[in-house]
Amino acid sequence: MIPRIYIPGDSGALALGAEKVAKAIAGELAERGIEAKIVRNGSRGAYFLEPMVEVATANGRIAYGPVKPSDVKSLFDSGFLTGGHHKRWLGAPDKIPFLAKQTRLTFARCGVTDPLSLESYKKHGGLNGLMNALALTPAAIVAEVTESGLRGRGGAGFPTGIKWKTVLDTAGDRKYIVCNADEGDSGTFADRMIMEGDPFVLIEGMTIAGIATGATKGFVYVRSEYPHAVAAMNKAVEIARKAGVLGASVLGSPHAFDMEIRVGAGAYVCGEETALLDSLEGKRGMVRAKPPLPAHKGLFGKPTVINNVISLASVPVIMDKGAAFYKDFGMGRSRGTIPVQIAGNVKFAGLFEAAFGMTLGEIVDEIGGGTATGRPVKAVQVGGPLGAYFPRALFDTPFDYEAFAAKDGLIGHAGIVVFDDTADMLKQARFAMEFCAIESCGKCTPCRIGSTRGVETIDKLAAGIEPEKNLALVTDLCNTMKFGSLCALGGFTPYPVMSSITHFPDDFKPAPVRVAAE
Amino acid sequence: MTMQPASTEITSRTAAIIQEMKGLEGPLLPILHGIQEEFGHVPKDALPVIAEALNISRAEVHGVVSFYHDYRSHPAGRHVLKLCQAESCQSMGSDAIAAKLKQLLGIGFHETTRDGSVTLEPVYCLGLCACSPAAMLDGEVIGRLDDEKLDEIVAEVLS
Repeated sequence: MIPRIYIPGDSGALALGAEKVAKAIAGELAERGIEAKIVRNGSRGAYFLEPMVEVATANGRIAYGPVKPSDVKSLFDSGFLTGGHHKRWLGAPDKIPFLAKQTRLTFARCGVTDPLSLESYKKHGGLNGLMNALALTPAAIVAEVTESGLRGRGGAGFPTGIKWKTVLDTAGDRKYIVCNADEGDSGTFADRMIMEGDPFVLIEGMTIAGIATGATKGFVYVRSEYPHAVAAMNKAVEIARKAGVLGASVLGSPHAFDMEIRVGAGAYVCGEETALLDSLEGKRGMVRAKPPLPAHKGLFGKPTVINNVISLASVPVIMDKGAAFYKDFGMGRSRGTIPVQIAGNVKFAGLFEAAFGMTLGEIVDEIGGGTATGRPVKAVQVGGPLGAYFPRALFDTPFDYEAFAAKDGLIGHAGIVVFDDTADMLKQARFAMEFCAIESCGKCTPCRIGSTRGVETIDKLAAGIEPEKNLALVTDLCNTMKFGSLCALGGFTPYPVMSSITHFPDDFKPAPVRVAAE
Repeated sequence: MTMQPASTEITSRTAAIIQEMKGLEGPLLPILHGIQEEFGHVPKDALPVIAEALNISRAEVHGVVSFYHDYRSHPAGRHVLKLCQAESCQSMGSDAIAAKLKQLLGIGFHETTRDGSVTLEPVYCLGLCACSPAAMLDGEVIGRLDDEKLDEIVAEVLS
């Protein structure tokens, strides 16, 4: 048997030098005259171990990491092709604690398979969900997804099945499935990982959505900051088309479904679903007023399902193993698993998929291992630039849509960014307003003007100008933005601002006092 | 500096790109991406050609081009360095990295060095938040930026 070596082609691994490692390994193989197959897999998500190289041995896969190009020669000398010991030896990847503790449903194949091998995809359970769906009526597929309790993983948490039912029940000569892959939130990378590491699962999920709702065309709107994901998706769509997974007859059935990958142009607001639809239509990415709902009048005015990447990528496992299996995970009204992305100043950064219900403290301290700098954790921003900053006092909050809402926060796309005690929360609050000002589409006044006034008022606070009055003004402004904005950009910017003010009041005290306190 | 192509040449090359993409549903963004890839920016002379082909007003085309951060009105430097300035990278000191880089290159964000070697831009998240601070140099991703990596980048772009 020819040895197989897995070297991630995931952007995160590439950013840490995976390409140089791959070149070094290829060079060493050539020099030693060894024949081996190099597979560029996705990442398993343990980024603190990337680049993590794996070899397939008689006793299963053995991982080594983080591998530097300078390690490669000694890896060969240690017999790593048969799992030999080396200082980078990690053992079986699924025994690595960070990975062993996870429940991988959506990300089951990510990092394991060759992302662009449909054969490898099928061998690991791929297309089972689609085949099951093809044997059902559209209404039965929708019922199964509804029963699973799957809610929108983009952040809004709207039940996916209900959205699909609306589109199924709406008459239209043409319907669309739109996948929101405009993952702009800092601290999130789950969409990128799945598109690079297991693109077929998204294609399968979208195809099932198409069959369930009567839509025949799908679009994936990927942000331009993700060139590797765009390339992987384009190649995967081409392969799926050739294999008859996509096209006029999906897997030989009477259903037609095809899809296209579209690239954004650097506008954060296009992650908002109606702005995304306008952008796909070739317009400025301006937010639309709702109603009409996209399910009734979406892309080009046609009934449209618009779902996040992870929502759609979770559908195949639901259709494969059944709603009851999926629903069994989780807590309260948050069912199934959630890929938590642990980022920022944290020791063990990466993607951790688990059932809902872990506390924030478990995620940050136990799984994340505290800060990378070794200093105390001061704040954790949950849910991207529009998410609240949580202090340690709220670390008992369980990861659940309702529990976070009850603490004036949101889980959003499940990215968490850890900050150590050097963070200045006034600066973070100012950034939230500044970011909103940069990215506002400009359609509604609270967002367009409020964000700029917010920056100015926080600057006055920082300068110690009438602190009480200006603090009251920021609070009032946040209230206006929260209730008066057309979409989540203006409406949620108050979350990071108000949580900073509420939980870290010392950082907002006038400058002389702040200096004295340090 | 890069020579600007003559307007007749812009017109013909733009028309060819439009021809290729016109059949797409909602073709404007793909066309603009194609034009930027061709010229390195979206030349003013391309706008009326697009407007005419898609039967929309020039104002609408201008509105779209100016809305999106990606489309440039002028060519960038030979290298484009995008430095992430979003929260995850902030938590790992991206402010200090940006300050150092600006000093080393002698330019600010959205500026190009006088010799046209590099354009520096902020970016709000590259999805590399598990290896912050991050950057992208000519499409290549770089994680866990530190002084050593900064020096390497600067040496590469200024050489």
